[in-house]
Amino acid sequence: MSSNLTELLAQLPALLGGHLLLSASALLTGILFSIPLGLAASGSRRLSSTVLAAAGVIQTIPGLALLALMVAALGGTIGFMPAYLALALYSVLPVLRNTVTGIAGVDPTVIEAADGVGMTKWQRMMQVELPLAAPVIIAGIRTSTVWVVGTATLSTPVGAPSLGNYIFAGLQTRNTLSVVFGCVFAALLAIALDQLVRLAENAVRHRNKSRGLLAIIGLALLIGGGLMPLVFKHHSQSNFPGAPLAGMEITIGAKTFTEQYILAEALAEDLVNNGAKVNRLDNLGSAVLFDALAADEVDLYVDYAGTLWTTILKRSEPAVQAQMLAEVTDHLSSNFGIGIVGRLGFENAYAFAMGRISANRLGIESIGELANQPTALTIGGDPEFFARPEWSRVRDIYGLEALGTRGMDSTFMYGAVRDGAVDVITAYTTDGRIDAFDLVVLDDPKQAFPSYDAILLVSPQLTGNTAFTSVLGKWIGTIDTALMREANGQVDLDGATPKQAAAFLRARIDAAR
Amino acid sequence: MLSLTNVSKSYDDRDPVVDQVSFAANVGELVVILGESGSGKTTTLKMINRLIAPSSGVIRVNGQDTSTVDPVILRRSIGYVFQGVGLFPHMNVAQNIGITPSLLGWTSNRIAHTVDRLLELVRLNPADYRLRMPFELSGGQQQRVGFARALAAEPSILLLDEPFGALDLITRYEVRHDFQKLQEELGLTAIMVSHDVTEALLLADRVIVMRNGRVLRDATPDDLVADPGDPYVARLIEMPRAQARFVEALAP
Repeated sequence: MSSNLTELLAQLPALLGGHLLLSASALLTGILFSIPLGLAASGSRRLSSTVLAAAGVIQTIPGLALLALMVAALGGTIGFMPAYLALALYSVLPVLRNTVTGIAGVDPTVIEAADGVGMTKWQRMMQVELPLAAPVIIAGIRTSTVWVVGTATLSTPVGAPSLGNYIFAGLQTRNTLSVVFGCVFAALLAIALDQLVRLAENAVRHRNKSRGLLAIIGLALLIGGGLMPLVFKHHSQSNFPGAPLAGMEITIGAKTFTEQYILAEALAEDLVNNGAKVNRLDNLGSAVLFDALAADEVDLYVDYAGTLWTTILKRSEPAVQAQMLAEVTDHLSSNFGIGIVGRLGFENAYAFAMGRISANRLGIESIGELANQPTALTIGGDPEFFARPEWSRVRDIYGLEALGTRGMDSTFMYGAVRDGAVDVITAYTTDGRIDAFDLVVLDDPKQAFPSYDAILLVSPQLTGNTAFTSVLGKWIGTIDTALMREANGQVDLDGATPKQAAAFLRARIDAAR
Repeated sequence: MLSLTNVSKSYDDRDPVVDQVSFAANVGELVVILGESGSGKTTTLKMINRLIAPSSGVIRVNGQDTSTVDPVILRRSIGYVFQGVGLFPHMNVAQNIGITPSLLGWTSNRIAHTVDRLLELVRLNPADYRLRMPFELSGGQQQRVGFARALAAEPSILLLDEPFGALDLITRYEVRHDFQKLQEELGLTAIMVSHDVTEALLLADRVIVMRNGRVLRDATPDDLVADPGDPYVARLIEMPRAQARFVEALAP
């Protein structure tokens, strides 16, 4: 078995368990909320149409956006809570709509008969309307089940582990097997839950006790089995008595690209060797990750000085490297209590890159020359980039208003510029594909891009922990741009896993010492 | 004993659907409210067990003003046979018949015993029909189960809304005949709504003729035929005779 598959399988219990816990609790909450609401609303036409319209509006919010809104609504809390609430909201509409339509579809003569034989409103609901509407309501529950299990894969960027981790990480590291793995298991889980609900429905309809028992046992096995790994939560840990970080529990965060996975992995291994228990939260959005660090939900991650300069300090003017780092350090410390341990050594800057042949043909060596072309060029890049102040700054300084922009996932842009789908991309300077695809990085004579020193950020609660910061201190200045680019290239080009690249990185650092 | 005094029903500010209706039914009497659609006959019937609340007037059941009773309790004491039967499609025959007794909290033994006795009363073999679902029954059988359900809690008053309307002619004749025997044997006070003149004249102890929400006549079938007393009633009563003459003329 390939090491790739072994690594994927090793994560399965935790990710499947997380996915199941998340979807099952969200579904259960959604159902327990929607059926009574649907029953209450079905008494009045106006109320039911209002409630359905509200649920419909929630449904039109894209899943990822709803998750992000929940993080904001909970004041930056990441992990289970925001994902659970967003998915619970998401599960409401099908159940609610089918409850209302199911009740409305009950034959009025039967309703009148229920009143006529002397049922109270409650008895009529429980003994007549609910049983007769049950098949329609259960169809709604089944729709919700499939929706929620599918949408739960999007909870990865808000820090709730799910099968989406396979998909997000696989997309970034060009690991197709990982993407397929995530999709297949999410689909299997959806089918299994859907069929168990169907079995339960059949049992109720035919009053078949053995089938009902089977459905209950199946659901219990699935949920119980899925949650097992979470109950016996297994932190990567090793116990070296007297190790500097013995007894500490540290959460390492990572953004959504290869370099971040490699660094998080390498840092995690180092901390474990120093006796700490380590949790990993990969694939978090930049802003989500920063807020989580400020809220002590994440203890450590790697960010870039220029990113913080523009997004947190809201500065647009350039600054020399040392001055920028000093100002960022001061601002983060006084406003958030966040500590900066120091620079890792390399810079992962934004830079404009082109294929060498077309750059030569057009005679382009620096960014300013992009503007004076007879036909307007197209620039491809991470959608995040075009929304960032860096882009408007570069555009204004070099007069790039005529360039067409095309957003795409950062992992695809290198191939896009190589194949001529776009003329220029907003590359990351540490990406191994710049060399491998023979791209040239354009000069930035007016220093429109700030510097992007990779720095280690530590949560407020651990800033004063000298045992922790001194372990991290050994990382300062150990990784130069060439080394980082080589490690990234192993994953993005050679199909290595982030774990393997991390091992390579640590071996090279140790050798240099 | 049942009485309605100046009972009216109007919705919003429109003309009343039922306008100052008064009549009474003595114990064991079968009263038929006869009228065309829109005459207010069904609304009048539904006001008796408060499926519809009257706008004004007083309805007394066994001397008690029904507006002072919880409608749910009232309905459990009055049998009701619905137009279109209205059996609960997800319950079997025994559960349908036993519904009011079970709402009243009878023991399951007593309910089972009552169900079997009623099935025999409406001429359905308990062993064959007890566990059938409504969709497995013919229209006539469904209506018989509907009667049994209305009688289950031993009501002193029975309300019937066009109970034979949905049945084909021959079945209608049989079920009607059985009902008549049953009503006499059990001494039930029954109010039945019908638009069928022949049916009203055949079954009723007294006929109430309604039109546009008002009572036009309240008389025994004999008196009604002898003296319609109103041009509309006269035309209505004449209808079965006209039909009979037409059929006679066809005979060889």
